[in-house]
This record gives sequence, structure tokens and C-alpha cells, in this order.
Amino acid sequence: MEALYDRGWTDGLPLVLPTEPRVLRMLEGTSRAADEVVALVPPNLVECTVEKVAVNSVMAGCRPEYLPVVLAALEAVCTDEFNMHGILATTMGVGPVFVVNGPITAEIGMNSGVNVLGHGNRANATIGRAVQLVVRNVGGGAPGGVDRATHGSMSKLGFCFAEDEVGSPWTTLAEDRGFSRSQDVVTAFCGEGPRIVVDQKSRSADSLVRMLAEGLLASVSPRTVMGMDGLLVVSPEHMARFSDAGWDRQRFMEELGRHLVVEADGILAGTGGIEEGLPPDLAGLTLPKFRPGGLLVVHAGGPAGLFSAIIGGWLNGPMGSEPTSREITR
Amino acid sequence: MTEPVTVLDPTAEATPGQRSLNPRPVGLEGLTVGLLDINKPRGDVFLDRLEERLIGQGALVRRYAKPTFTKPAPADLRHEIATHCHAVIEALAD
Repeated sequence: MEALYDRGWTDGLPLVLPTEPRVLRMLEGTSRAADEVVALVPPNLVECTVEKVAVNSVMAGCRPEYLPVVLAALEAVCTDEFNMHGILATTMGVGPVFVVNGPITAEIGMNSGVNVLGHGNRANATIGRAVQLVVRNVGGGAPGGVDRATHGSMSKLGFCFAEDEVGSPWTTLAEDRGFSRSQDVVTAFCGEGPRIVVDQKSRSADSLVRMLAEGLLASVSPRTVMGMDGLLVVSPEHMARFSDAGWDRQRFMEELGRHLVVEADGILAGTGGIEEGLPPDLAGLTLPKFRPGGLLVVHAGGPAGLFSAIIGGWLNGPMGSEPTSREITR
Repeated sequence: MTEPVTVLDPTAEATPGQRSLNPRPVGLEGLTVGLLDINKPRGDVFLDRLEERLIGQGALVRRYAKPTFTKPAPADLRHEIATHCHAVIEALAD
């Protein structure tokens, strides 16, 4: 173990030693050939084979049946649109957040319920970690090198969870992004750590959607508008308010969008004694907080608790990072 | 005594190529210096001042900008700078 630390192969936590029998066992988790190139891994743009992913997945603590998810997640982040190089290099504390949809989540025992964004589930804890170890060890993206984050974030250690599809009355995130319910899909979102929006008193959908919008308006900063995306994790008890009212995903997004607007005059640079803010040429405008499609919504969490969670994003679009989905190949 | 354990290498197994720095110019008179703006706010303020100073020392200045600060400079842009400039200054500002 110390030899692995000495070589700089860890993210700080202990690793499972990647012995040959363990790596061979890991490779049994995929139908893909061991020498198949999965991706060019940033920042050094190194060709990475399935075998190298398997080695790092062993080290992360994955079981072989997680490997297809790790491979698809790696493919998602190693794209120009996701821009893993920039996500590493930025001083902002963001990393890839993975949402997994489809039958595979139940088959490999992923958590979409109690403590979904926290600890306690092996698949959730190790899949994102394996991807980050590949980026570190194969791509060369280590903290203090290309990774220049001011504070960093736990999302850099490995942030992966499943959507609660069974308990949701809505279409899933993957369906919203053009996939079918039967497909296994991983979606990578560039985000910071989660924060909670408390609303324990709303009993109507209309009240709760207003409260969630207030929380989202502060995502990243109350003065960022359309420049950074968001990921909203709606809890089951909050979801019940919307299902009771008969709101489907589309209705929810429409109602939420009505409240996710900002009067530019209140956040112009210099207003409130704050030099940060919008340029003066936007004065008088009413602006949406998020660009079209810039807010992703999933349903997950334990059955009790009147909270939802917001994961703020990073610079979005072609200039930054696009949320990126990939189908998982068994 | 503990038995030795063999582990597989998780890295790219590549060794970075070693390249030496070009000789530093002894002066700026008559040299072309590229100023590369990475496209963050107020980078131009810093580079405008640098341009003034460089011209004052006899340099010719060519200005360049990355399309976005979040991604590496495109290969074509790097090639253009390398082709036309004796030296380059890349600036970050906020």
C-alpha cells in the first residue's frame, strides 16, 4: 500500500492492490476487449484501454459488474463538450457528478434512496472514484499539477448516484435527455458539492416550486445568470407535493421556469455596494437564471425529509462544459 | 517475512519527453512578441499595458486570444504563434 502512495497513484484514500487476478476478474465485468481504447484521457490526452480502466477500478474498490458504468462515465467526460481538461484546471471547486439511470442501477445495487448523495453504498462510492483515478493516473491530472482548484470539492473524489425511478411519477433524467426507460445511461454533470434547500412547510405544489426557485436563484452566486447550469435533486417527500397536484415533469419545469427569473437591475455590477455583477448594458432586462436546458432535475433521496438538494454547475455551453450522457454497454 | 506482491501499473506508462528551453532573447529590439489573452475578464487591461511597455522597448507586438479560457489553445493558434513570434506571453487576469 505504501508503495502505491509513494508512486502518487492514490487520491489520498487507501486502495485495493491491483493484482493480476483481480484485474482479470474485473475485466470479466465487460464484454469489451481488454485492449480496446476507451477514450483519450485529459489532460495529457492519453489513449486509455479497457485494461487500464480495470486496473484503476480495482484500486477504487469496484466490483466487476460496475465496470460498464465506469467505462461509459469515462467516455462521457473524455469529450470536447464535457471538457474534463478545463474542469481539472479551473480554480473553481467542481468535478464530474454522475447520475445513473436504467435497470443496471438495481442490478449492481446502486443507491437512489437514503443518504443518496452521501456515503454507505459501494457502487455509488467507487464508480466515480474509479473515473477520477483514471484521470489522475492515466491522464496525468493530479492536484497541484494541472488540477489547480482553490478549494476543491468532494465531487473531485468521486460523486455518483442513481435516480430513484421506481418511486418517481415523472419521466427520468435519461428519458428527458432522449433515452428510453430500458436503456442504461450515465449522465455527467460538472458540479460542486450539494447543498440543501429546506422547505418543511409548503403543502402545495405552487408554494414549494416557488421555494425551490428561490434556492436555485442563489446557485453558485445570486449574481450568476445563464452562465452556469444546475442540477436539482428532488426528494420523495417534496416530489409528493407535485404528484399530489398532478404535475408531471413538463408542468414542473414550466412552473419552475416562471419563477427562475432575475431582474437585472438588482444585480448589476456596483449595486448593493458589490462590484461583481452584470454589465450595465443589461439594465432593465428580466433574465432567466438558467439557459434553456441548463437545469437538470432528478428524483432521489430517502423517504423522509422535506429537503431537496442543489448541485451548482460551472461555466456552461461550448465555452465550458455541457452535461453529457452515454449509454452503458454491458 | 511477507511475500512480495506484484501489482499492475495504473498509469499511462509514458515518460514525458524532455525538451530544453529555447535560448532567452538578450533584448527585445526588433523581436516579435505574441501576447496571448486567455479570454478572462480584464486580461486585455493587463495585456494593453504590456503591449505599451514592449513597444517602448522596440518590440513588435502581435495580439492573440484563445476562444475560451476553459480549454487549451487550439493547435492552429499555437502553430500561428510559433510561426510568427520570437517570444510569447500568456496572460491570466480576473
